Amino acid sequence: MISILVRRILSLIITLLIVSLVIFTVMDLLPGDPAAIMLGTSASPETLAALRTQLGLDQPLPVRYLAWLAGVFRGDLGQSYTYGVPVAGLIAERLSVTLPLALMAIVISVLIAVPLGVQAARRHNGVFDLVAGLFSYVSIAVPAFWVGLLLIIFFSTMLGWMPAGGFPGWDAGLLAGLQALLMPAVALALPQAGVLTRVARAAVLDVMNEDFVRTARAKGLSDGVAVWRHAVPNALVPVVTMLGLQFTFLIAGAVLVENVFNLPGLGRLAYQALSQRDIVVMQDVVLFFSGLVILMNFLVDLAYLAIDPRLRANAQ
Amino acid sequence: MIRALRRPVFLIGLAITLALFAVALLSLVWTPFPPARMQIVQRLKAPLEFGLLGTDQFGRDVASMLMVGAWNSLSTSILAVALGATVGTALGVFVAMRRGWLELVVMRGCDIIFAVPPILSAMILGAFIGSGRFTAIISIAVFMVPVFARLSLGAALQIWTRDYVTAATGMGRPKGRITLVHVLPNISNQIIVQVTIQLGLAILTEAGLSFLGLGMPPPTPTWGRMLADSQTFLGQAPWLALLPGLAIALAVLGLNMLGDGLRDLLDPRDNS
Repeated sequence: MISILVRRILSLIITLLIVSLVIFTVMDLLPGDPAAIMLGTSASPETLAALRTQLGLDQPLPVRYLAWLAGVFRGDLGQSYTYGVPVAGLIAERLSVTLPLALMAIVISVLIAVPLGVQAARRHNGVFDLVAGLFSYVSIAVPAFWVGLLLIIFFSTMLGWMPAGGFPGWDAGLLAGLQALLMPAVALALPQAGVLTRVARAAVLDVMNEDFVRTARAKGLSDGVAVWRHAVPNALVPVVTMLGLQFTFLIAGAVLVENVFNLPGLGRLAYQALSQRDIVVMQDVVLFFSGLVILMNFLVDLAYLAIDPRLRANAQ
Repeated sequence: MIRALRRPVFLIGLAITLALFAVALLSLVWTPFPPARMQIVQRLKAPLEFGLLGTDQFGRDVASMLMVGAWNSLSTSILAVALGATVGTALGVFVAMRRGWLELVVMRGCDIIFAVPPILSAMILGAFIGSGRFTAIISIAVFMVPVFARLSLGAALQIWTRDYVTAATGMGRPKGRITLVHVLPNISNQIIVQVTIQLGLAILTEAGLSFLGLGMPPPTPTWGRMLADSQTFLGQAPWLALLPGLAIALAVLGLNMLGDGLRDLLDPRDNS
């Protein structure tokens, strides 16, 4: 087990290094001189050259990559060209919006999907199963950002119950912050919930025919208790796996939904950084997102290994 | 065929998809109004008040824009998926044939591509070559390559263990020929099903890209940009936000149902 773990971690590190190299090189090739963007069109060539030296832009690519990488390891992600502040702080600040948003979306999607999927499996081929099936078909098909627009139309412009967008900051109080994130989180959660409902239903159906569930029933446990105490915990494994695999889509959704709701999150930061050619911010944010996705896949892999002894034997 | 008629999921999916293609193709020769014609006097008219589905903030006919949007969305997605599926499948079956270190390299490469969401790669690519249909197609296609490479590699490896392939190898058939004659035809069903499902995903991604202004430039109507434009008029003209979203959802729903239905039809063993 230890040797597999070491090998997986090594492969994770190599993947991350390659990704960072690719991202750095690609971003570096972007047209547009950051120094010219910072100083505007009226700057003299001497000032431009001085700024380029100060930013280290006159160094060759490998040197700059290594310097950037060394910075990443120290937690120093460089200075944003447009905001003039350290990128690490910028990412941390934006993460305080995106992270709670993503977590809320995950919680909401699980809260919708697991009961729906379990109930659909218990009423296999019944009316409830059909309704849950329809729900998952429709929710997978709707774009998260459109759900966001519909929520704004209904709850903000028509009923006036919820803020239509923006984020008051966590200083305004936990409740105000959560309220601002509720509709975006629901919009992000709905497509995820559709996928998860299917996975949960299929997993519970699989497990329900296993001996231990039958034994639990034979022991005299009621149908509901047998399913929720014995079938559901086992069925949660594929649900968690799917959550990990869907992470890329959650991030893509967050970029869009943050734009719909005007949330100062990481997705919006990436979008703004790109339109302002803030290459340092862009490099760091894309690396951050990609690293997160790779890490998620790695954790899913590990979870599999921990759960299924057959895979362990295979990987030896 | 008889079995196909008994599958409601397949039938509904097929009907929606055919209708979508019909509307998209019809928009090439006919729309109720020219989609770019602005009639400011008729601006923000509700559905049925002007035309079938009302007008937008410039007095353009929403129904006509949606029709042209269907063509733009479909053609972009089809090209992207075709490109991604071709490259990915070719890569997958080639790796299945060679194996060894190549398998490791390609699979790692897939992990890396998979780690960058298509929205981000489209933003980056857009910064290079400007946003537009080409950028959208390439960014979506790049994301599709690993999907098809993984799928076809797994499926092809299974075929390579079959007796008839061993027999062909024993008879001295070259590997390339075995791939063409035995492997590709036997994995084509799985590829077709995946193409249908990925088309739905491509439509969603394309809509997201044009929503962010990374898709086809104005005045070409796209469903995504119609949604982006509607944001200013959510209170005044909610149908401007409702209708393009409905079009996207319906298109994706149809393709997903068609894909699921095809999977059941083509692989009766996999009826979960």
